[in-house]
Amino acid sequence: MSAPKVPRVFLVDDHHLFRAGVRGALGEAVEVVGEADEVPAAVELISERLPDVVLLDVHMPGGGGRAVIEAIHPVHPDVRFLALSVSDAPEDVIAVIRAGARGYVTKTISGPELIDAVVRVAGGDAVFSPRLAGFVLDAFATMPPGSELPGPFDPELDNLSPREREVLRLIARGYTYKEIARELVISVKTVESHVSAVLRKLQLSTRHELTRWAAERRLI
Amino acid sequence: MIAGIAGGIAARLGRDVTIVRIVLVLTGLVSGFGVAAYVFAWLVLPTEGSTETIGARAMSDRQGITMAIGLLPALVVVLLVGSALHAGFVSSWGLPILISVAGLILVYRNAEDDERRWLVLSVKSLLQLGSEPRQSRRLFFARIAGGAVLFVLGIAVISDNALRRSWFRPFGGALLMIAGTVVVLGPWWLRLGLDLMRERQARIRAEERADMAARVHDSVLQTLALIQRSADQPQEVAKLARAQERELRSWLFEGRAPGSFGAEGAATLAAGVEQIEREVEAAHGVAVDAVTVGDAPLDDELRALLEAGREATVNAAKWSGASSVSIFVEAEPRRVSMFIRDRGTGFDSEAVAPDRKGIAESIRGRMQRHGGTAVIRSVPGEGTEVELSVPRHASRT
Repeated sequence: MSAPKVPRVFLVDDHHLFRAGVRGALGEAVEVVGEADEVPAAVELISERLPDVVLLDVHMPGGGGRAVIEAIHPVHPDVRFLALSVSDAPEDVIAVIRAGARGYVTKTISGPELIDAVVRVAGGDAVFSPRLAGFVLDAFATMPPGSELPGPFDPELDNLSPREREVLRLIARGYTYKEIARELVISVKTVESHVSAVLRKLQLSTRHELTRWAAERRLI
Repeated sequence: MIAGIAGGIAARLGRDVTIVRIVLVLTGLVSGFGVAAYVFAWLVLPTEGSTETIGARAMSDRQGITMAIGLLPALVVVLLVGSALHAGFVSSWGLPILISVAGLILVYRNAEDDERRWLVLSVKSLLQLGSEPRQSRRLFFARIAGGAVLFVLGIAVISDNALRRSWFRPFGGALLMIAGTVVVLGPWWLRLGLDLMRERQARIRAEERADMAARVHDSVLQTLALIQRSADQPQEVAKLARAQERELRSWLFEGRAPGSFGAEGAATLAAGVEQIEREVEAAHGVAVDAVTVGDAPLDDELRALLEAGREATVNAAKWSGASSVSIFVEAEPRRVSMFIRDRGTGFDSEAVAPDRKGIAESIRGRMQRHGGTAVIRSVPGEGTEVELSVPRHASRT
């Protein structure tokens, strides 16, 4: 599939005003092919129009953004999801990511940054907001030596490499991919592949904190 | 008590300081080499928290070493006189005392400022003994004479073989000698103690003033700047003034520091960061995006970190012109770091006027007083990032 110049975008949010706002912010940079304000309508329209990127509200009546991803993702793996939320409850955000979203941004994101994120997700990359980077650092915090993880522990999936940690820290500090590349003296492409690797770990790791950690924020 | 050697040795050996002090004083009285050993320890032992010893610096102090070696002829003279008079104690005391004086010269020339001040203080008050006003001068001579009589009496008792009661000789003699020393040097010790106390109080006061200046800067001066900006909006000005008045009152009369963390529910690091986020957004209308990784209960160090961080955030909100400020806080087992970043105008840190105390006092000074660091990177046109970090007490990991 050839990457289209202007990504086709579908909006799912139960607030009419917010959809209008996003539409305005996106402007001419993307083609908005449709919008929906509830889960069943969203699933039906997305399956019909097959957009490149679905901008998805995390919190919606009827199962939220997660229900939409779970209905579409297995059938149409080419449709990519970018989660948008004002809620910062980490368990919700992580749940949407684990269901298959390629990234997460807060609704306070500026227009140009949102366009940038949509283009990035359309191109197959992952988009981490500072907040998501913080969540992930928290979830993959270094275990105190001596403590055991219940269940099988896969060091490939269940630990972040030092470089990935560095990249996440810089994202959390508000650096753009370009600035991270300059700071670490690597290419933007390398930054992107680190972030994608983290996303993959986030989606596949069975690390028990990922399902449980949010309940009790660690107090070191 | 003097250079903290006794305390250091006690800490190393795990014994009580008092025991170490008694041992030091006894060895000092017996041969005088105890005094020399003390000065030597002063030279070679590093102060707590630093690795450099005074001795290491003294090695490169040519002039000081020359001065110390210059005392050698004096030593020879003392030894000669001692042997000529057949007075054993002169030579047995002369050597350690001269070594001590030589050591003290090196210490004085290479010590840190506060240790040096101590030495100057003690020598100065010793010199003042001889230059007192006339009326008390008579008293002074009487005291010296009295002390000398007691001292000589003590020596006589010790060396008098005719005395029957042999136990009385060492005890009575030593007692008389000590009494003589106290009579001569007592007032000097007293004055020294008083001066030291006064010094310490002055230093505490200076530190308190610095803390207070930082607080006033964070609250009153910041509010005044806000009022100047919104001078054309009377309502806004009234609101700001009222809020500041409340804050100032609660500080002055209820002892609650303005914007103190821990007062209103913010008992942990993450809650404190949220408080900064809320306050700055409300007061300055700039979006603040805070990300916190890990958490920790607040202690003095973390409170200082938050206060400095708030100051940096307020600065970014006020001066950078950026519409949002990012805060990232990470609590690691060994340290806590805080990053405050904006994409605003940036500034040239060389060009900041010296009377603008925000960065110097509220950020750098505050972090340094609590053992932390502050690094500020700013590129004109690209924005500013402030990096703050404090070590954590290892005990709670």
